[in-house]
Amino acid sequence: MIDINFVGLIITSIMASAVPLILASCGELITERSGVLNLGVEGMMIIGAISGFALMTVTGSLFIAVIGAMLAGILISTIFAFLTQTLITNHVATGLALTIFGIGISAMIGKNFVGIPGKEFPVLFESLKETIPFLSPILFGHSIVFYFAFALPFITNYFLKKTKIGLIVRAVGDSPVSASNQGINVKLVRYSCILYGGAMCGLAGAYLSMIYTPQWIENMTGGRGWIALALVVFSTWNPIKILIGAMIFGGLTIIQFHMQAVGVRIPVQFLTALPYIVTIVVLVVISRDSRKIRLSTPSSLGKSFYKDN
Amino acid sequence: MHKIFIRSFVSSLVFLFTLTVAAVAKDVKAAFVYIGPTGDHGWTYQHDVGRKAVEAAGYKTTYVEGVPESADAERVLRQLANSGHDVIFTTSFGYMNPTNKVAKEFPNVKFEHATGYKREHPNVSTYAARFYEGRAILGTIAGSMTKSNVIGYVASFPIPEVIRGINSFTLAAQKVNPNIKTKIVWAFTWYDPGKESEAAKALIDQGADIIAQHTDSTAIVQIAEKAGVYAFGQASDMDKFAPKAVLTSVENNWGPYYVERVKAVANGTWNQKDTWHGIGDGMVVISDLDSAIPSDVRAKVNQLEKDLASGKVHAFTGPIYDQKGNLMVADGKTADDGMLAGMMTYVKGVEGDIPN
Repeated sequence: MIDINFVGLIITSIMASAVPLILASCGELITERSGVLNLGVEGMMIIGAISGFALMTVTGSLFIAVIGAMLAGILISTIFAFLTQTLITNHVATGLALTIFGIGISAMIGKNFVGIPGKEFPVLFESLKETIPFLSPILFGHSIVFYFAFALPFITNYFLKKTKIGLIVRAVGDSPVSASNQGINVKLVRYSCILYGGAMCGLAGAYLSMIYTPQWIENMTGGRGWIALALVVFSTWNPIKILIGAMIFGGLTIIQFHMQAVGVRIPVQFLTALPYIVTIVVLVVISRDSRKIRLSTPSSLGKSFYKDN
Repeated sequence: MHKIFIRSFVSSLVFLFTLTVAAVAKDVKAAFVYIGPTGDHGWTYQHDVGRKAVEAAGYKTTYVEGVPESADAERVLRQLANSGHDVIFTTSFGYMNPTNKVAKEFPNVKFEHATGYKREHPNVSTYAARFYEGRAILGTIAGSMTKSNVIGYVASFPIPEVIRGINSFTLAAQKVNPNIKTKIVWAFTWYDPGKESEAAKALIDQGADIIAQHTDSTAIVQIAEKAGVYAFGQASDMDKFAPKAVLTSVENNWGPYYVERVKAVANGTWNQKDTWHGIGDGMVVISDLDSAIPSDVRAKVNQLEKDLASGKVHAFTGPIYDQKGNLMVADGKTADDGMLAGMMTYVKGVEGDIPN
């Protein structure tokens, strides 16, 4: 008989591991919806991670650290925005460069922050944690970033579908020429979306270095940026499906460890590969309608736009 | 007058000569090739601590971080050998073939390869540490302090080094507590804080109240601290990351060996050898024991440390059985280095299978 509280604990672990993926994916989704393909997610996340940790150590303020990490994400994505939007460079090449740059510079800044223990991040509703079996560990006792991450896909969905600015973003992504003819400042919209993506990736990085594993280690994002990028594509640019994908990915990562600990006789290599395989398969299956994919893919994704006057 | 002049001339010549010899001796340059970043606070970090000891002894050193175990390693090694380095330390298992290949091309440069076994040319030495001795100490502590009798162990890759550690740990724990079980989770990474902590969480959720690790980051001890269970530090003293959870750490101490070998190069006494040092030679160091360890356990651990150092006790003393109950080491015998170096089977008491 499986203890119901035990299941609750596992689900909590799954949710905690999905948080950085959700944040980064939802940020990148907005960027891509405006027609910009930013492959620098990993780089922006790692910059957020070191900035958050460094600011926390230096200032001692968690608030400044979290805001600072988002600003750092914005700052580094500004470089990307300037290169791709003003100097009209290739999105793919610039994004890859951004990732390499981010990993390198974070290692350089991080030299002095290695080996320093992190601080305890405050959690909300901790007193309610013991009230309801199964449900309370899932619902209560998490950081504010955790709650924000699980609200974000719904906010993003609402933003894109129901608000005027959301529709403008989609218009720019689908047809920058028509949007421009309508008097929309394409460059401004794309700049904003890139910077927003940077902020969310910065926050995802800060979650890793300040809340999930409170410490700084070089390269600590460990490829999560690439998974976040893949989630955006496989979710067919749908924020709710990002939530599902991140939960499946996080879930299988956690569950394969549990299966190992219990001693399930499945090759460990297969279990390790499982999160990647299943996440892709599930997302491909739930969005296999090719017409829908064509409709939901931002038509100008990765294409440069410039107005000749 | 004339005599004095000659005498002072000769003496100053001698003085100059000694000065040059000293200068030449001091001019020995050592290079270090690292698999990871020096900031990993684990494997590479400890090698770099050793490099700093060489620097402190008055020698010039250089290092290259994050060198992949591929053709890139050969390129880096060639460049280091070409740019006037007299001795090159290659600090990861995967550099074994590149090291031997480049050593052939540069017979005047000395090569020191960590954790490998190939010495194809007279200018290649190998060295490694008997970490399993440290793990026997951890096992003794774990076996004495567990209440649930379930001990979690986060492992990296199924190679003899790691399996030897799991076995040594389990044997020592069984000796003080025959009822314990060691649950292994393979993270398939040396170093990914996120994955490591997820693995540790899974073990804790399944009832492990002590977590051992053979991966490099400090994430696991931090998770243990949060969950209120005990843990052990890996490679370096991790106490400050989890003051309550960390009972002790096994530290890799390469400094004395590095200084000795660079000095040997400087004095022209360097010769090829295979070094496998343990607690006795100070290559494996046990950090301070935490105050949570009761005094009787502490006494037992101190005694074991002394006996392992003096060679009175061997971590693999028979009778040792494998999981199926076959005898691995006979009663009263100890495992020889050949068996230790190729160990790929679990001993009795370890749960699960070794992934192939």
